[in-house]
Amino acid sequence: MECVFGLVGNDFAVVVADTSAVHSILVHKSNEDKIMILDSHKLIAASGEPGDRVQFTEYIQKNVALYQFRNGIPLTTAAAANFTRGELATALRKNPYSVNILLAGYDKETGPSLYYIDYIATLHKVDKGAFGYGSYFSLSMMDRHYHSGMTVEEAIDLVDKCIMEIRSRLVVAPPNFVIKIVDKDGAREYAWRESVKDAAVASA
Amino acid sequence: MKLDTSGLESAAPVWGAPSELVDGFSAAPSFEVPNTTDFDGFQKEAIQMVKPAKGTTTLAFIFKEGAMVAADSRASMGGYISSQSVKKIIEINPYMLGTMAGGAADCQFWHRNLGIKCRLHELANKRRISVTGASKLLANILYSYRGMGLSVGTMIAGWDETGPGLYYVDSEGGRLKGMRFSVGSGSPYAYGVLDNGYRYDMSVEEAAELARRAIYHATFRDGASGGVASVYYVGPNGWKKISGDDVGELHYKYYPVLPSTVEQEMVEAAAA
Repeated sequence: MECVFGLVGNDFAVVVADTSAVHSILVHKSNEDKIMILDSHKLIAASGEPGDRVQFTEYIQKNVALYQFRNGIPLTTAAAANFTRGELATALRKNPYSVNILLAGYDKETGPSLYYIDYIATLHKVDKGAFGYGSYFSLSMMDRHYHSGMTVEEAIDLVDKCIMEIRSRLVVAPPNFVIKIVDKDGAREYAWRESVKDAAVASA
Repeated sequence: MKLDTSGLESAAPVWGAPSELVDGFSAAPSFEVPNTTDFDGFQKEAIQMVKPAKGTTTLAFIFKEGAMVAADSRASMGGYISSQSVKKIIEINPYMLGTMAGGAADCQFWHRNLGIKCRLHELANKRRISVTGASKLLANILYSYRGMGLSVGTMIAGWDETGPGLYYVDSEGGRLKGMRFSVGSGSPYAYGVLDNGYRYDMSVEEAAELARRAIYHATFRDGASGGVASVYYVGPNGWKKISGDDVGELHYKYYPVLPSTVEQEMVEAAAA
């Protein structure tokens, strides 16, 4: 039931993820942030088993930081994506991680990019991608309306269309989504789309 | 005279917590039935999906004054109630509590292990460990045993420098930060009462009553929960046990028996 999707625009990449933490029929939390800021100009949106999702993405985050400390320059998005895929591949035949990842980044030389990395260590550089049941609805929406060089407004409009479609057509649709964007100014949270607010003050 | 107790035996065993003993209590005499379509099947599937994997009800929530932690005290092995007085709220250290759901031994051992690690952290760093840190320690340990059959569904509630903290940690490796959680087979029932009555700015008494009520309602509907509803409060000075009430007595307190009007009174038949 986890929905993750993203696309590349004019000078930015945007990723969207649902924010429900679910256990069988229970929704434990509906404001869980599944898009991790990998470093200043990279985002990693992950979906999959709860333990694996957090542990694997944190492992990648720490190793990316380590590279920067050791070598003085940050990894490119392509290098980070290939490193991630390599880790998934190494673990695959022993102790596989059940995580699907969309890695979005911005490099000064090559601009924005989006990488599709699935749980069996498939790696593709893509313009648009999606995981989960939501992909059945968002992929076709994006195929129909996407064109290269979209502005932020056009891209967010398309993202909202996808969210509307998921909300109305997916049987156990997640109510809330988080949108994060990465461009030359860095990776940051763009917006939340909430249709169910937690009664208490939302915790980070 | 040998009593016929065949009516008391259940035809199909109901499974409780997986890591507790079950053998010996589930085998039941049965007889052959004619082959028919499995018309119960669809219902069984739905129930199996939600089956009580962790037969208990525990809950915890954060509010203005601190954190409230509550749990029932029943241990069940299939359809047999093995104990009505299990301590499901574990005292990790004077300002942190853990709740127990799943395998009793797993929860007790790993919470005690966590207590040791927290104390070592204090000694090494000359300051108390945060709730974030303690829950991450436990989550990492449980993650490394992933797939090996541990059954732990716990909440770590405590008070540290940043105020009250609450984390849900389970044996699948999940760790969630939140304001209110309920874990166990009775948790959906408890969530209903808890979500509806919750306000951030409650007093300690109101919060304790909400926690107690939520546990009571869960024990009413869930067969694997019962016994005593314990309620603990975690404040800036550490935790304090507020109450421990038998849920049977709570029932009559909340829903006292009212004398009902007699519709028809049975009288002795007049001697013919």
